Amino acid sequence: MGKLDNTVLFQQLHLKFGDHVKKIDEPFGLLTIETVKDYIIDLLRFLKTDPQFQFIYLTDITAVHYPELERSIAVVYHLHSLVHNVRIRIKVFISGEQPEIPSATALWNGANWMERETYDFFGVQFIGHPDLRRILNVDDLPVFPMRKEYPLEDPNRVDKKDFFFGR
Amino acid sequence: MSELKPRTNGNYPIFDDNDPQEELITLNLGPTHPATHGVFQNVLQVDGERIVSGVSTIGYIHRAFEKIAEHRPYYQITPLTDRLNYCSSPINNMGWHMTVEKLLSIEIPKRVQYMRVIIMELARIADHIICNGILGVDTGAFSGFLYVMQEREFIYEIFEEICGARLTTNIGRIGGFERDFNEIALNKIKQFVKRYPPVLTEFEELFNRNRIFIERTSGVACVDPETALGYSWSGPLLRATGVDYDVRANEPYSSYDEFDFDIPVGKRGDVYDRYMVRNEEMRQSIRIIEQAMQKLEKEPRGVFHADVPDFYLPPKEQVYNNMEALIYHFKIVMGEIDTPKAEVYHAVEGANGELGFYLISDGGRSPYRLHFRRPSFINYQMYAPMSRGMLLSDAIINMSSLNIIAGELDA
Repeated sequence: MGKLDNTVLFQQLHLKFGDHVKKIDEPFGLLTIETVKDYIIDLLRFLKTDPQFQFIYLTDITAVHYPELERSIAVVYHLHSLVHNVRIRIKVFISGEQPEIPSATALWNGANWMERETYDFFGVQFIGHPDLRRILNVDDLPVFPMRKEYPLEDPNRVDKKDFFFGR
Repeated sequence: MSELKPRTNGNYPIFDDNDPQEELITLNLGPTHPATHGVFQNVLQVDGERIVSGVSTIGYIHRAFEKIAEHRPYYQITPLTDRLNYCSSPINNMGWHMTVEKLLSIEIPKRVQYMRVIIMELARIADHIICNGILGVDTGAFSGFLYVMQEREFIYEIFEEICGARLTTNIGRIGGFERDFNEIALNKIKQFVKRYPPVLTEFEELFNRNRIFIERTSGVACVDPETALGYSWSGPLLRATGVDYDVRANEPYSSYDEFDFDIPVGKRGDVYDRYMVRNEEMRQSIRIIEQAMQKLEKEPRGVFHADVPDFYLPPKEQVYNNMEALIYHFKIVMGEIDTPKAEVYHAVEGANGELGFYLISDGGRSPYRLHFRRPSFINYQMYAPMSRGMLLSDAIINMSSLNIIAGELDA
């Protein structure tokens, strides 16, 4: 089967979802789109089941923290259409204080641990997840360590300060 | 057999001591048990020899690599990737270098690409040797393991000749290699390509038609392609179910499109198919190395890195004697060089499956965010659900054939 063109792919998504789907960029040939959390599951289901696309393979779910943005957590999905050999990246920006997004476990079983990992490190609540608890960190950790405000090590240590170069 | 009904409180199986009818036993498989080959725990509820339910607990060697990576310059992240899948660290190193090179749009000379292919395929063989050898040990056949282990040792000698290290290799730099392959290394690779196939044949003769081995592995833990894709399996495990997805063929990196190799697939996705797929992949890797050695000879000698002074450290003699080299050295080490603002996802075919690097650069010297798509982590989540109803001894074999590497599982 021929390679699915990114412009065609985006046009089709735009026809179906209108302005709820926005194109962010196309870095290194990987179409990156943005949507809102109310439409994410519909979008994922459409991409997975539509015979034209068949993005049946969920490569990864993760999140990024942008503290300076109003909606500071971006949940990032990477999908792969094994039929067309095309990847797509979907970003959903959600609030940092109350990060909630529907779970993709209804579509892919494999989303389970990926979402648990994202919850573990960013505190994103995946609504409808069957078993949302920490996975790599200890259960009683009070923070979500991959958020930018969480320092890598104790910032009050003076023995590691580099006064010459300021790092 | 009593009814197979899992009783859990969501997290852990419940064992009710007061129930006189209670026949289920809670069994801790791991965290440190010889049969688990790494630090991970499974709390199993067993009815005699049969597993009723299980819960996997992971994270025992979590080292927060993603957080550390946000505070390290790009070239200092390579040693972190070593410690993901430490049985085939060169693949991780190369995958990371290629991700950064993609971000920086560095054109890599053909000779370096072939050198990388050789390294990666050697690492793949070393990893598959471990997995299949240990699978033999777990089924009760020790000698096959020793036959192939000798060859793995030889691969490590080649790594040692190339980069000085054996396990956590830190091979290569962003832009190429730190030094050229020396004559000893090239001779050893040529020697390995000749001496390994007969050893592999001998290994296969010990197992492929072995009655005990077939009974222990065939039909155990069958997985159909739909389930495997639903759980995002990749690598030899996915191919054993019959899906011919290989990153080397789907998105060729490092000139893999120039090589002639087959992608073996299985039919039933059971332990035996996984074993067979891995064996055949080792043969294909030998084929690729042979072709790469031929291609290497046609390329101009002495080229071992791209011409990117902004990112590739100059030789130390020049730093002491040459002003430009000193400037570049200072700029690289002190992080004075800007990188493009972009997002990259780059995947390589690791020994266990699709090893992806999702890198977000904000223009600084270290990543804004780096996420590893670790195949072991994603493959392993099916272990507890698929163990349900399985015999305990089969579950051990199954875990061994999944080839879960704790470092990659926990990152």
